[in-house]
Amino acid sequence: MSDVNLTINGIPVRVPTGSTLLQAAESISIRIPTLCYDKQLTVSGACRMCVVEVAGPAGSTRLEPACSYPVQEGMVVRTNTRELRDARRTIIELILANHPRACQTCIRNQRCDLQSACREYSIDKIRYEGEKRHHAIDTSSVAITRHPDYCILCGKCVKVCKEVQGVYALDFVRRGFSTTVLPPFDRDLAETVCVLCGQCLLKCPVAAIRDKSYLNKVEAALEDPNKIVTVQVAPSVRVTIGELFGLPPGVSLTRKLPTALRRIGFDYVFDTDFGADMAVMEEGHELIGRLQAGGPFPLITSCSPGWVKFMEHFYPEFIPNMSSAKSPQQIVGALTKTFFAERNRIDHKKLFNVSIMPCSAKKFEIQRPEHRLDDGTREVDAVLTTREFGDLLKLHEVDVPTLPDSEFDPILGDSTGAGLMFGVTGGMMEASLRTVASVLDPTSHPRLEYSALRGTGGIKRGSVLVGDRELKLAAAHGLANARKVLDSIKAGEEIHFLEVMACPGGCIGGGGQPLPTDEDSRRRRIEAMYAEDRGLPIRQSHKNPAIMTVYKEFLGEPNGEKAHHLLHTKYSARSPRGF
Amino acid sequence: MLGPNILGTGKDLHVEIVQGAGAFVCGEETAMISSIEGKRGMARNKPPYPAAHGFHGHPTCVNNVETFANVPLILANGVDWFRGVGTPSNAGTKIFSLSGKVRNTGLVEVPMGITLNELLHDIGGGAPAGSVIKAAQTGGPSGGCIPADRMSTPVDYETLRKLGGMMGSGGLVVTDSGTCMVNFAKFFLGFTQHESCGKCIPCREGTKRMLEILERITDGKGKREDMDELRHLAAVISRTSACGLGQAAPQPVVSTLRYFEHEYISHIVDTRCMAGVCRSLLTYHILPNCRSCGLCARKCPVPCISGSKGEIYVIDNDRCIKCGECNRVCPFGAVART
Repeated sequence: MSDVNLTINGIPVRVPTGSTLLQAAESISIRIPTLCYDKQLTVSGACRMCVVEVAGPAGSTRLEPACSYPVQEGMVVRTNTRELRDARRTIIELILANHPRACQTCIRNQRCDLQSACREYSIDKIRYEGEKRHHAIDTSSVAITRHPDYCILCGKCVKVCKEVQGVYALDFVRRGFSTTVLPPFDRDLAETVCVLCGQCLLKCPVAAIRDKSYLNKVEAALEDPNKIVTVQVAPSVRVTIGELFGLPPGVSLTRKLPTALRRIGFDYVFDTDFGADMAVMEEGHELIGRLQAGGPFPLITSCSPGWVKFMEHFYPEFIPNMSSAKSPQQIVGALTKTFFAERNRIDHKKLFNVSIMPCSAKKFEIQRPEHRLDDGTREVDAVLTTREFGDLLKLHEVDVPTLPDSEFDPILGDSTGAGLMFGVTGGMMEASLRTVASVLDPTSHPRLEYSALRGTGGIKRGSVLVGDRELKLAAAHGLANARKVLDSIKAGEEIHFLEVMACPGGCIGGGGQPLPTDEDSRRRRIEAMYAEDRGLPIRQSHKNPAIMTVYKEFLGEPNGEKAHHLLHTKYSARSPRGF
Repeated sequence: MLGPNILGTGKDLHVEIVQGAGAFVCGEETAMISSIEGKRGMARNKPPYPAAHGFHGHPTCVNNVETFANVPLILANGVDWFRGVGTPSNAGTKIFSLSGKVRNTGLVEVPMGITLNELLHDIGGGAPAGSVIKAAQTGGPSGGCIPADRMSTPVDYETLRKLGGMMGSGGLVVTDSGTCMVNFAKFFLGFTQHESCGKCIPCREGTKRMLEILERITDGKGKREDMDELRHLAAVISRTSACGLGQAAPQPVVSTLRYFEHEYISHIVDTRCMAGVCRSLLTYHILPNCRSCGLCARKCPVPCISGSKGEIYVIDNDRCIKCGECNRVCPFGAVART
């Protein structure tokens, strides 16, 4: 591709044909403000904050959005004239005129793109006062609340739901000043195909989409003398929690977490990584069983609750393919209230299980009717996202990065590198293969890394020889990618083992993770996970002594009757049916 | 030339007519393409232009029906025939939709270059009896208003644009002495505000605030700075909006501020609407020739008129809703409106 020469603010710049003015400006370190622009999404051009001045014939100028306008040979562009500063300031004031302006009591205080824009443009008054658009708050969903009055209609939630997730749970409705982002037919979000992945929340520049917070519930349990409060921490949280304390993405604080959690008052600190090791055992033996029985293929992973709900709405024909193994969260929850309770002679009704998750859909998962013990007790009582966990730590004045190290509590807190890998796209499958290959062929040298499953490609395909059999593998992350793989399978592609994670990058990019969660932070978090796995003494789930103990003392065989009863689940087609 | 295998060439041409759902913004080419694709009618970024990347990503020719209708005639009769009418830079004819305060309304096809005076007086028959033409708004809801004293110039693309109007859809709305130009601008801005696709901030939010300022002015609550703020918002909106709708939406306000600033000033400073249109600015009072028949008091819906036999009736202006019923029903012309 040929290059284009242009001038930006008097500086000559040469960029490839097809670049936008924004990219050209970035290449010479000229900053242009944006609100609705996002590298992961198609360009919108809605906010007009990025307009720049383009010289026209005979001294005339026109304003064009830098985010979408392509470079042209000989263009003369200015990005920061008095007119542009005034236009941008006016745009900010126009947004504010239709905004609650309640920064002090806003959950996004100091984490808000609109607030940052106000600071950058020294907004100290608003020239416009008048009617404000009003639409009722939607708290119907168990994980995500919508606050349309805060919405600035940037459209990023609509785009991520459509383009990255292929769910289409939100769109613009009405015209003119009444334009609003709503679920179809203004239904409650809980009545739609929303899979609660939370990617919309990660994209929202303001506080129009928020966590439904369970902090109060957890605090009440911690204060209750009749409750024994346990906690489990998901794999990816250890590499992201530091971001909420000013550390760059990708700093692992694994051993600080037990210390922090005990200081807050949790009685037992378990590790979801243990549950992941157990899921490997159960799901791995399911795969072995299917290989022996000749199907059904592909076996599809079921640890990502957003993916599970998506499958139930959009692709229920794949229910027979789904692994029936519960997710690591539910496995730890179920074993806490059975194995752990029995072993420690605790009445399981006194236990209150909290999990700290990178995921908003986990809040939906714990409420599924399948995830209760025989007496109706929930396996997990409350989920906090990484963000809520950060809030809880700050409320308790616990500064995680400076804490001394300590260990998770034994057995349900003992884990391997394989369990850790569940937090990354491709990692769940990699963890399973580490075990399945060894079980099927105990004499082989254990293979620990599968490079075809690594990296950030949306769909990763590979194959592996297990014994004398070639297994075709695929890992998809982002539900729009899952759609592509499932459609390809329906069209005849042969895949034996398919991993799907709802969120781009896997759990390290989950809807419950710290802001910002973007391309750069996802990459650095993934690198930290790989590095931590490499440094662990045990990297195969079946070699985890705690797993052996639980099978030996309590469950019996993997996929055995008791294991099946406690650690496996069911799926059903869900209404409304998605298309 | 329609249907499969045209004249044995193996080429097909199929015509399918798609009915729009009625959104004004879908007159904007990219919004229309989105709408035909089954998507919400919202403007897209240009470039790429529809000619390169339009309907479902294919190169697309978007034109008005009027333009397409000229094509077969030009093919049949030749370019010179087409150029035989109009001016050198604006060949052919143009259809206007003549409406408002003229005697003859309807669609008229005129040669390019005709003057507005010829259009409104020779064809339109001039203003109705007892009134005088004040201005003409050209080009549709987002067109500008051209005052009567500029109407001797020829109607072509360049001249209209220079005067602050536009050819646009060929709309031509005529106003007379009974039209309040502030109220007129408010009406059209209200329309474009309502019809904005809602995508870009200056159009969606900016036109709303302009409309609120105009409402304030016609309510008698305007401030002198309001005119500057209207001009400022209009400039930002027309310079930064994504599509033609937003870019042109402030034009009725800009053009009336240019040619009828005195009407804005009289609303703001004197709280008077010279055309007697803006209700909040009207006052009614009863003149000494009142015969105390009491009809006005009986017809007043509030009621806010009091009096008794032998007295001149009195209107309580604090409570009056300016409906004008008293003025209409008084048999003696004793209720004055100012």
